[in-house]
Amino acid sequence: MENIDTDQIIPARFLKATTRDGFGKNLFRDWRYDNDSEAKPKTDFALNNPLYSGDILVAGKNFGCGSSREHAAWAILDYGFNAVVSSFFADIFKNNALNNGVLPVTVSELFLQKIFEQGNEATLSIDVEAQTIRIDATGEQESFELNPYKKTCLLNGYDDIDFLLSRREAITKFEKESA
Amino acid sequence: MGKTLFDKIWDKHVVEKIPDGPSVLYIDQHFIHEVTSPQAFKGIEQRGIPLFRPRQTIATADHNVPTINQHLPIKDELSRMQVEQLINNCNKHGVELYGLGHPYQGIVHVIGPELGITQPGMTIVCGDSHTSTHGAFGTIAFGIGTSEVEMVFASQCVLQTKPKTMRINIDGDLQKGVVSKDIILYIIARISASGATGFFVEYAGSTIRSLSMEARMTICNMSIEMGARGGMIAPDETTFNYVKGRPFAPKGNAWDEKLAEWKELYSDTDAVFDAEININAADIPPMITYGTNPGLGIAVNGHIPVLEQIADEGEKKNIEKALQYMGLKSGASLVGMPVQHVFIGSCTNSRIEDLREVAELVKGRKKNDGVKVMIVPGSQQVAKQVHAEGLDRIFAEAGFQIRQAGCSACLGMNEDKVPAGEYCISTSNRNFEGRQGAGARTLLASPLTAAAAAITGVVTDIRELI
Repeated sequence: MENIDTDQIIPARFLKATTRDGFGKNLFRDWRYDNDSEAKPKTDFALNNPLYSGDILVAGKNFGCGSSREHAAWAILDYGFNAVVSSFFADIFKNNALNNGVLPVTVSELFLQKIFEQGNEATLSIDVEAQTIRIDATGEQESFELNPYKKTCLLNGYDDIDFLLSRREAITKFEKESA
Repeated sequence: MGKTLFDKIWDKHVVEKIPDGPSVLYIDQHFIHEVTSPQAFKGIEQRGIPLFRPRQTIATADHNVPTINQHLPIKDELSRMQVEQLINNCNKHGVELYGLGHPYQGIVHVIGPELGITQPGMTIVCGDSHTSTHGAFGTIAFGIGTSEVEMVFASQCVLQTKPKTMRINIDGDLQKGVVSKDIILYIIARISASGATGFFVEYAGSTIRSLSMEARMTICNMSIEMGARGGMIAPDETTFNYVKGRPFAPKGNAWDEKLAEWKELYSDTDAVFDAEININAADIPPMITYGTNPGLGIAVNGHIPVLEQIADEGEKKNIEKALQYMGLKSGASLVGMPVQHVFIGSCTNSRIEDLREVAELVKGRKKNDGVKVMIVPGSQQVAKQVHAEGLDRIFAEAGFQIRQAGCSACLGMNEDKVPAGEYCISTSNRNFEGRQGAGARTLLASPLTAAAAAITGVVTDIRELI
């Protein structure tokens, strides 16, 4: 499925929480359930199909478009996904995902097609250090881009805010100079 | 080589470039609202640090607020708690809040410009993707996530990778009945909902120059709907005249100094963009969307694409799924199709000019019995102006309901929703599945096209009414 917007990932009516937790149960809420009822799961949706499981979400191009809500990344993480694979990500979502330790993996259209062709049998391996993703069954592999700064943050659990706090002196100097 | 407008502003705001990484970008003005800020406040509290520059953040409550009886407590408990938490957080951290009941309250992207907080050359962020609206003043303005809101709280900076630049030139005269909303819907339909992802867009050309500030805001507002990081327009006399005299605009000598700076904000003639698109204004018709992303738009009197004729399999599947949700048929025309709701509002089209345009069309006319019409001014200031100009009487006589300021039926978060299966012609910015309420079917259009449907009760080519 292409152009999955953040309103689908987490509909606006679930944005009223004031913490980052608990969004996973409403991930893709209106695609998962009929009439908003957990008693009526839509059986044709992948998250409701027991044949699909794991911690990597695979989706069509332009994933995460629309609203800037970081709640989308929180919902994906809270549900149990650690990586999202697509051929194309919307900018804000990509940043939000990285800021929460969810890895956005951009692959080629062809590679994405190959993953989908494997169907529910597909298992994928992602090596963050080597920046590669592999389809286990066929051994086919592709490398993906990851900003070196972000990679260091992800691998070491560093935080952008700690980094920015360490720069407050330089920022104050900048303010004085540009005033 | 000359510099683009984007580069001029960007370069002035880079505190530091991290080797092989993003830049530390200084933010002049930060706006917050109740939905995307609570976790950021919590974050800095957990770190035990104060806001670095609290005076450069301004808050308002807009997403959750009811648009009737705003003097009463909010009925929905979670909404009320979120709005209350914003009040507490702002009090605790010294942030100026224009909350419910304040004369400056309204949709964040309406109040910033109307109060003169938004000024040329600034960097502006907000935890809201439609922050691109402020780009109409020649600013770098973009939406951020909550982690980034926390970064601004902590350091008045965000970490940003420099986007590529795109210029979209629109030249010539617009057809009768075509307004700025049609321009942006036309552009998005042409380049798709992801056509500008990775780019920051500058809109230029004689058509853009001829537009008012409010019309320019409508265009920049929807830049995100084609994936752009933001949109911007070089400031000119129209911009300076708009800003001058507003409550937060510079005054006296400060105005003259700022004005001299602002006059340097344009793309040099030899500046090179990573991509460039040229559009002839005369080719732009009144537009309407038929699908579930803003790129699925057609001329209001055109036809939905015929599925069998779409070569790209992915695109075909997308449109097929969209048509199924929308209850529409491949190849069909929308003209004459009944709609049950008309929503005129949102950060895209809720400013006084939008409402004047609507009033001019509906004056002396009545709405169709089959349609509910809701007009939601973008701010208390707009609402006040509507009353001062007597537009409220015109709307009341037409049978339109006028509500109080807020995001309202744009996003299905407050009480204003469209029931499942019903059609709404909406002046807002998104037609995603469930955006206006679970199962709601949204047709995006200009305020004129929306008002035309209010009168006729069906999708109407505005050119036939004027």
